[in-house]
Amino acid sequence: MAAALDIISWIFIVGGIAFCLIGGYGLIKLKDVYARLHAASLIDTLGVGLILVGLMFQAGLTLVTAKLALILVFIFFTSPTATHALARAAINHDVLPEVDTEDEREMVRSTKTPSEAAK
Amino acid sequence: MTQAIALAAALAGFWVLLSGYWLPLIIILGIASILLCVYIAHRLDVCDHEGHPVHLTVPGLWYFPWLVKEIVVSNITVAKAILFGGVRPQVLRVKASQSDELGQTVYANSITLTPGTVSIDVDNNYITVHAIMDGTADGLRTGEMDQKVCKLMGDPVSESGSAKA
Amino acid sequence: MMYAAAAAGVVVTMLLALVRALIGPNIYNRILAVNVFGTLSVMLIAIYGFVDDRPEFLDLAIVYALINFIGTIAVTKYVTFKDMGHGDDGDPAGDI
Repeated sequence: MAAALDIISWIFIVGGIAFCLIGGYGLIKLKDVYARLHAASLIDTLGVGLILVGLMFQAGLTLVTAKLALILVFIFFTSPTATHALARAAINHDVLPEVDTEDEREMVRSTKTPSEAAK
Repeated sequence: MTQAIALAAALAGFWVLLSGYWLPLIIILGIASILLCVYIAHRLDVCDHEGHPVHLTVPGLWYFPWLVKEIVVSNITVAKAILFGGVRPQVLRVKASQSDELGQTVYANSITLTPGTVSIDVDNNYITVHAIMDGTADGLRTGEMDQKVCKLMGDPVSESGSAKA
Repeated sequence: MMYAAAAAGVVVTMLLALVRALIGPNIYNRILAVNVFGTLSVMLIAIYGFVDDRPEFLDLAIVYALINFIGTIAVTKYVTFKDMGHGDDGDPAGDI
Protein backbone atom coordinates (compact mmCIF):
# COMPACT_ATOMS: atom_id res chain seq x y z
CA MET A 1 0.00 0.00 0.00
CA ALA A 2 2.72 2.42 1.02
CA ALA A 3 4.75 1.47 -2.03
CA ALA A 4 1.76 2.09 -4.30
CA LEU A 5 1.21 5.52 -2.76
CA ASP A 6 4.90 6.23 -3.25
CA ILE A 7 4.73 5.34 -6.93
CA ILE A 8 1.57 7.44 -7.50
CA SER A 9 3.20 10.35 -5.71
CA TRP A 10 6.34 10.17 -7.83
CA ILE A 11 4.30 9.97 -11.02
CA PHE A 12 2.58 13.22 -10.02
CA ILE A 13 5.85 14.93 -9.05
CA VAL A 14 7.63 13.90 -12.25
CA GLY A 15 4.65 15.13 -14.26
CA GLY A 16 4.75 18.46 -12.45
CA ILE A 17 8.47 18.82 -13.07
CA ALA A 18 7.91 18.03 -16.76
CA PHE A 19 5.29 20.78 -17.05
CA CYS A 20 7.60 23.20 -15.19
CA LEU A 21 10.45 22.46 -17.60
CA ILE A 22 8.18 22.82 -20.65
CA GLY A 23 6.93 26.13 -19.27
CA GLY A 24 10.47 27.31 -18.65
CA TYR A 25 11.44 26.30 -22.18
CA GLY A 26 8.41 28.23 -23.43
CA LEU A 27 9.51 31.29 -21.48
CA ILE A 28 12.73 31.27 -23.52
CA LYS A 29 11.32 30.18 -26.84
CA LEU A 30 8.09 32.11 -27.34
CA LYS A 31 8.15 35.40 -29.23
CA ASP A 32 6.52 38.14 -27.13
CA VAL A 33 5.45 38.84 -23.59
CA TYR A 34 1.80 37.88 -24.19
CA ALA A 35 2.75 34.47 -25.52
CA ARG A 36 5.09 33.98 -22.57
CA LEU A 37 2.18 34.63 -20.20
CA HIS A 38 0.77 31.30 -21.41
CA ALA A 39 4.03 29.51 -20.63
CA ALA A 40 3.98 31.05 -17.16
CA SER A 41 0.41 29.91 -16.61
CA LEU A 42 1.53 26.39 -17.57
CA ILE A 43 3.92 26.51 -14.59
CA ASP A 44 1.36 28.18 -12.31
CA THR A 45 -1.39 25.61 -12.89
CA LEU A 46 -0.29 22.06 -13.63
CA GLY A 47 3.41 22.45 -12.85
CA VAL A 48 2.80 23.66 -9.32
CA GLY A 49 -0.44 21.67 -8.95
CA LEU A 50 1.00 18.26 -9.77
CA ILE A 51 4.09 18.76 -7.59
CA LEU A 52 1.92 19.77 -4.62
CA VAL A 53 -0.48 16.84 -5.14
CA GLY A 54 2.52 14.52 -5.28
CA LEU A 55 3.86 15.93 -2.03
CA MET A 56 0.39 15.50 -0.50
CA PHE A 57 0.53 11.78 -1.27
CA GLN A 58 3.91 11.66 0.48
CA ALA A 59 2.56 13.42 3.58
CA GLY A 60 -0.61 11.40 4.02
CA LEU A 61 -3.60 12.69 5.99
CA THR A 62 -1.86 15.19 8.24
CA LEU A 63 -1.69 18.92 8.87
CA VAL A 64 1.06 19.04 6.23
CA THR A 65 -1.43 18.03 3.53
CA ALA A 66 -3.79 20.79 4.62
CA LYS A 67 -0.97 23.33 4.36
CA LEU A 68 -0.02 22.07 0.90
CA ALA A 69 -3.67 22.35 -0.14
CA LEU A 70 -3.69 25.92 1.17
CA ILE A 71 -0.65 26.81 -0.95
CA LEU A 72 -2.30 25.18 -3.97
CA VAL A 73 -5.59 27.07 -3.54
CA PHE A 74 -3.73 30.30 -2.95
CA ILE A 75 -1.61 30.01 -6.09
CA PHE A 76 -4.68 29.02 -8.12
CA PHE A 77 -6.60 32.12 -7.02
CA THR A 78 -3.77 34.65 -7.29
CA SER A 79 -2.00 33.66 -10.49
CA PRO A 80 -4.79 34.80 -12.88
CA THR A 81 -4.97 38.15 -11.09
CA ALA A 82 -1.24 38.71 -11.43
CA THR A 83 -1.32 37.63 -15.08
CA HIS A 84 -4.21 39.96 -15.87
CA ALA A 85 -2.56 42.89 -14.07
CA LEU A 86 0.63 42.32 -16.05
CA ALA A 87 -1.27 42.20 -19.35
CA ARG A 88 -3.11 45.44 -18.46
CA ALA A 89 0.18 47.17 -17.60
CA ALA A 90 1.75 46.07 -20.89
CA ILE A 91 -1.24 47.31 -22.92
CA ASN A 92 -1.23 50.65 -21.14
CA HIS A 93 2.39 51.12 -22.22
CA ASP A 94 1.58 50.36 -25.87
CA VAL A 95 3.25 46.97 -25.87
CA LEU A 96 1.03 45.16 -28.35
CA PRO A 97 0.93 41.42 -29.04
CA GLU A 98 2.39 40.02 -32.25
CA VAL A 99 -0.74 38.96 -34.08
CA ASP A 100 -1.54 38.38 -37.73
CA THR A 101 -4.04 41.09 -38.56
CA GLU A 102 -4.27 44.80 -37.91
CA ASP A 103 -7.86 44.25 -36.71
CA GLU A 104 -6.71 42.24 -33.75
CA ARG A 105 -4.04 44.80 -32.89
CA GLU A 106 -6.66 47.54 -32.97
CA MET A 107 -8.90 45.42 -30.74
CA VAL A 108 -6.16 45.36 -28.13
CA ARG A 109 -5.30 49.04 -28.54
CA SER A 110 -8.92 50.03 -27.95
CA THR A 111 -8.84 48.48 -24.47
CA LYS A 112 -6.24 50.94 -23.18
CA THR A 113 -7.20 52.57 -19.90
CA PRO A 114 -7.99 56.22 -20.66
CA SER A 115 -5.76 57.79 -18.04
CA GLU A 116 -3.16 60.54 -18.28
CA ALA A 117 -0.72 58.92 -15.89
CA ALA A 118 -0.79 55.54 -17.59
CA LYS A 119 0.99 56.32 -20.82
CA MET B 1 -24.31 38.07 8.21
CA THR B 2 -23.71 34.75 6.46
CA GLN B 3 -20.60 36.25 4.92
CA ALA B 4 -19.31 37.39 8.31
CA ILE B 5 -19.74 33.89 9.74
CA ALA B 6 -18.03 32.39 6.69
CA LEU B 7 -15.14 34.82 7.08
CA ALA B 8 -14.82 33.97 10.78
CA ALA B 9 -14.86 30.24 10.01
CA ALA B 10 -12.22 30.63 7.30
CA LEU B 11 -10.00 32.68 9.61
CA ALA B 12 -10.43 30.13 12.41
CA GLY B 13 -9.40 27.35 10.05
CA PHE B 14 -6.38 29.35 8.92
CA TRP B 15 -5.36 30.01 12.53
CA VAL B 16 -5.61 26.34 13.53
CA LEU B 17 -3.72 25.33 10.39
CA LEU B 18 -0.81 27.68 11.01
CA SER B 19 -0.54 27.31 14.78
CA GLY B 20 -1.44 23.68 15.48
CA TYR B 21 -1.44 24.36 19.24
CA TRP B 22 -4.46 23.85 21.52
CA LEU B 23 -3.35 25.81 24.60
CA PRO B 24 -6.12 27.97 26.15
CA LEU B 25 -4.09 31.18 25.85
CA ILE B 26 -3.35 30.62 22.15
CA ILE B 27 -6.99 29.78 21.41
CA ILE B 28 -8.22 32.91 23.23
CA LEU B 29 -5.70 35.05 21.33
CA GLY B 30 -6.91 33.46 18.11
CA ILE B 31 -10.56 34.16 18.85
CA ALA B 32 -9.71 37.76 19.73
CA SER B 33 -7.83 38.28 16.44
CA ILE B 34 -10.65 36.69 14.45
CA LEU B 35 -13.23 38.98 16.04
CA LEU B 36 -11.01 42.00 15.38
CA CYS B 37 -10.53 40.98 11.72
CA VAL B 38 -14.24 40.40 11.16
CA TYR B 39 -15.04 43.75 12.78
CA ILE B 40 -12.53 45.56 10.55
CA ALA B 41 -13.84 43.75 7.46
CA HIS B 42 -17.37 44.75 8.44
CA ARG B 43 -16.31 48.38 8.88
CA LEU B 44 -14.48 48.30 5.53
CA ASP B 45 -17.65 46.94 3.93
CA VAL B 46 -15.71 44.21 2.12
CA CYS B 47 -17.77 41.47 3.75
CA ASP B 48 -20.44 41.23 1.03
CA HIS B 49 -21.56 38.68 -1.56
CA GLU B 50 -18.65 39.64 -3.85
CA GLY B 51 -15.92 39.35 -1.25
CA HIS B 52 -17.22 36.10 0.19
CA PRO B 53 -19.42 34.35 -2.34
CA VAL B 54 -20.63 31.63 0.02
CA HIS B 55 -23.79 31.18 -2.06
CA LEU B 56 -21.56 29.65 -4.77
CA THR B 57 -20.30 26.82 -2.57
CA VAL B 58 -22.76 24.15 -3.69
CA PRO B 59 -22.81 25.02 -7.43
CA GLY B 60 -19.02 25.35 -7.21
CA LEU B 61 -18.79 21.67 -6.34
CA TRP B 62 -19.91 20.98 -9.92
CA TYR B 63 -17.99 23.81 -11.56
CA PHE B 64 -14.51 23.32 -10.09
CA PRO B 65 -13.99 19.69 -11.15
CA TRP B 66 -15.02 20.69 -14.67
CA LEU B 67 -12.60 23.64 -14.56
CA VAL B 68 -9.76 21.40 -13.36
CA LYS B 69 -10.48 19.01 -16.23
CA GLU B 70 -10.37 21.94 -18.70
CA ILE B 71 -7.09 23.13 -17.17
CA VAL B 72 -5.51 19.68 -17.54
CA VAL B 73 -6.66 19.32 -21.16
CA SER B 74 -5.47 22.74 -22.26
CA ASN B 75 -2.21 22.32 -20.33
CA ILE B 76 -1.43 19.29 -22.47
CA THR B 77 -2.48 21.14 -25.64
CA VAL B 78 -0.28 24.14 -24.89
CA ALA B 79 2.66 21.96 -23.81
CA LYS B 80 2.47 20.13 -27.16
CA ALA B 81 2.32 23.45 -29.01
CA ILE B 82 5.40 24.76 -27.19
CA LEU B 83 7.40 21.60 -27.82
CA PHE B 84 6.35 20.71 -31.37
CA GLY B 85 5.16 24.01 -32.85
CA GLY B 86 1.69 25.19 -33.74
CA VAL B 87 1.86 28.48 -31.86
CA ARG B 88 -0.26 31.14 -33.55
CA PRO B 89 -1.04 34.09 -31.23
CA GLN B 90 -4.39 35.72 -31.82
CA VAL B 91 -6.81 38.10 -30.18
CA LEU B 92 -10.56 37.54 -30.02
CA ARG B 93 -13.55 38.90 -28.18
CA VAL B 94 -16.05 36.64 -26.46
CA LYS B 95 -19.38 37.52 -24.94
CA ALA B 96 -19.78 37.28 -21.18
CA SER B 97 -23.51 36.75 -20.74
CA GLN B 98 -23.46 36.78 -16.93
CA SER B 99 -25.79 39.33 -15.40
CA ASP B 100 -23.51 40.79 -12.73
CA GLU B 101 -19.88 41.74 -12.27
CA LEU B 102 -19.14 38.82 -9.97
CA GLY B 103 -20.11 36.36 -12.68
CA GLN B 104 -18.01 38.17 -15.27
CA THR B 105 -15.06 38.16 -12.88
CA VAL B 106 -15.42 34.43 -12.36
CA TYR B 107 -15.57 33.93 -16.14
CA ALA B 108 -12.56 36.15 -16.85
CA ASN B 109 -10.53 34.49 -14.10
CA SER B 110 -11.45 31.05 -15.42
CA ILE B 111 -10.28 32.11 -18.88
CA THR B 112 -6.96 33.34 -17.51
CA LEU B 113 -6.48 30.30 -15.29
CA THR B 114 -6.86 28.01 -18.29
CA PRO B 115 -3.49 27.97 -20.06
CA GLY B 116 -3.56 29.08 -23.66
CA THR B 117 -6.02 31.90 -23.07
CA VAL B 118 -5.50 35.13 -21.12
CA SER B 119 -8.28 37.68 -20.64
CA ILE B 120 -6.77 41.11 -21.18
CA ASP B 121 -9.85 43.29 -20.82
CA VAL B 122 -13.45 43.12 -19.60
CA ASP B 123 -15.80 45.76 -20.91
CA ASN B 124 -19.51 46.01 -21.72
CA ASN B 125 -20.21 42.28 -21.39
CA TYR B 126 -17.35 41.42 -23.75
CA ILE B 127 -14.03 39.94 -22.76
CA THR B 128 -10.98 40.52 -24.93
CA VAL B 129 -8.88 37.38 -24.94
CA HIS B 130 -5.34 36.68 -26.09
CA ALA B 131 -5.04 33.07 -27.20
CA ILE B 132 -1.80 31.35 -28.09
CA MET B 133 -3.09 28.87 -30.66
CA ASP B 134 -6.11 27.93 -32.71
CA GLY B 135 -7.14 25.01 -30.50
CA THR B 136 -7.54 26.96 -27.26
CA ALA B 137 -9.21 29.89 -29.04
CA ASP B 138 -11.78 27.64 -30.69
CA GLY B 139 -12.60 26.05 -27.36
CA LEU B 140 -13.57 29.50 -26.10
CA ARG B 141 -15.56 30.45 -29.23
CA THR B 142 -18.02 27.62 -28.64
CA GLY B 143 -19.08 29.39 -25.44
CA GLU B 144 -19.16 26.24 -23.33
CA MET B 145 -17.30 27.88 -20.45
CA ASP B 146 -19.60 30.91 -20.64
CA GLN B 147 -22.65 28.69 -20.20
CA LYS B 148 -21.02 26.76 -17.36
CA VAL B 149 -20.31 30.00 -15.51
CA CYS B 150 -23.90 31.15 -16.15
CA LYS B 151 -25.10 27.91 -14.63
CA LEU B 152 -22.76 28.41 -11.66
CA MET B 153 -24.10 31.92 -11.06
CA GLY B 154 -27.72 30.86 -11.53
CA ASP B 155 -28.22 33.05 -14.60
CA PRO B 156 -30.39 31.93 -17.52
CA VAL B 157 -28.28 30.11 -20.12
CA SER B 158 -28.58 31.56 -23.61
CA GLU B 159 -29.44 28.97 -26.26
CA SER B 160 -27.49 30.55 -29.07
CA GLY B 161 -24.24 30.14 -27.17
CA SER B 162 -21.84 33.01 -27.28
CA ALA B 163 -20.56 33.65 -30.75
CA LYS B 164 -17.71 36.10 -31.08
CA ALA B 165 -18.47 39.76 -31.57
CA MET C 1 17.12 10.93 -3.68
CA MET C 2 13.93 11.47 -5.63
CA TYR C 3 13.40 14.71 -3.76
CA ALA C 4 16.81 15.83 -4.98
CA ALA C 5 15.75 15.08 -8.55
CA ALA C 6 12.54 17.07 -8.08
CA ALA C 7 14.47 19.98 -6.57
CA ALA C 8 16.91 19.83 -9.49
CA GLY C 9 14.04 20.10 -11.97
CA VAL C 10 12.65 23.12 -10.15
CA VAL C 11 16.10 24.74 -10.02
CA VAL C 12 16.63 24.24 -13.76
CA THR C 13 13.26 25.91 -14.44
CA MET C 14 14.25 28.75 -12.09
CA LEU C 15 17.45 29.20 -14.11
CA LEU C 16 15.42 29.39 -17.34
CA ALA C 17 13.21 32.06 -15.75
CA LEU C 18 16.35 33.88 -14.62
CA VAL C 19 17.70 33.85 -18.18
CA ARG C 20 14.44 35.41 -19.36
CA ALA C 21 14.68 38.02 -16.59
CA LEU C 22 18.22 38.90 -17.68
CA ILE C 23 17.67 39.14 -21.45
CA GLY C 24 14.43 41.09 -21.10
CA PRO C 25 13.72 42.69 -23.57
CA ASN C 26 11.33 44.95 -21.62
CA ILE C 27 10.17 45.39 -18.04
CA TYR C 28 7.10 43.17 -18.51
CA ASN C 29 9.15 40.14 -19.47
CA ARG C 30 11.21 40.71 -16.36
CA ILE C 31 8.19 41.02 -14.06
CA LEU C 32 6.78 37.84 -15.59
CA ALA C 33 10.05 35.98 -15.12
CA VAL C 34 10.37 37.16 -11.52
CA ASN C 35 6.79 36.07 -10.84
CA VAL C 36 7.56 32.59 -12.17
CA PHE C 37 10.79 32.56 -10.17
CA GLY C 38 8.85 33.38 -7.01
CA THR C 39 6.27 30.65 -7.64
CA LEU C 40 9.06 28.12 -8.16
CA SER C 41 10.89 29.22 -5.03
CA VAL C 42 7.69 28.38 -3.12
CA MET C 43 7.93 24.91 -4.64
CA LEU C 44 11.63 24.64 -3.77
CA ILE C 45 10.99 25.55 -0.13
CA ALA C 46 8.14 23.02 0.09
CA ILE C 47 10.31 20.25 -1.40
CA TYR C 48 13.20 21.18 0.90
CA GLY C 49 10.88 20.80 3.88
CA PHE C 50 10.30 17.20 2.78
CA VAL C 51 14.00 16.55 2.13
CA ASP C 52 14.93 17.61 5.64
CA ASP C 53 11.72 16.22 7.15
CA ARG C 54 10.93 19.60 8.70
CA PRO C 55 7.28 20.47 7.93
CA GLU C 56 7.64 23.96 9.40
CA PHE C 57 9.22 24.99 6.11
CA LEU C 58 5.71 24.89 4.64
CA ASP C 59 4.81 27.96 6.73
CA LEU C 60 7.66 29.77 5.00
CA ALA C 61 6.31 28.54 1.66
CA ILE C 62 2.86 30.01 2.45
CA VAL C 63 4.42 33.36 3.35
CA TYR C 64 6.50 33.33 0.15
CA ALA C 65 3.37 32.66 -1.89
CA LEU C 66 1.62 35.64 -0.26
CA ILE C 67 4.59 37.98 -0.73
CA ASN C 68 5.11 36.85 -4.32
CA PHE C 69 1.57 37.83 -5.30
CA ILE C 70 1.57 41.16 -3.48
CA GLY C 71 5.02 41.99 -4.83
CA THR C 72 3.97 41.31 -8.41
CA ILE C 73 0.88 43.48 -8.07
CA ALA C 74 2.87 46.27 -6.40
CA VAL C 75 5.61 46.32 -9.05
CA THR C 76 3.01 46.20 -11.83
CA LYS C 77 1.17 49.14 -10.31
CA TYR C 78 4.43 51.02 -9.88
CA VAL C 79 5.57 50.65 -13.49
CA THR C 80 2.08 51.59 -14.72
CA PHE C 81 1.68 54.76 -12.68
CA LYS C 82 5.28 55.53 -11.62
CA ASP C 83 3.71 55.96 -8.19
CA MET C 84 2.31 53.67 -5.53
CA GLY C 85 -0.38 56.02 -4.26
CA HIS C 86 -2.00 56.83 -7.56
CA GLY C 87 -5.75 56.77 -8.11
CA ASP C 88 -7.74 57.45 -11.24
CA ASP C 89 -9.70 60.66 -11.48
CA GLY C 90 -12.73 60.24 -9.26
CA ASP C 91 -11.73 56.68 -8.43
CA PRO C 92 -9.51 56.61 -5.36
CA ALA C 93 -8.95 52.87 -5.74
CA GLY C 94 -7.13 53.38 -9.04
CA ASP C 95 -6.79 50.87 -11.83
CA ILE C 96 -4.08 48.39 -12.58
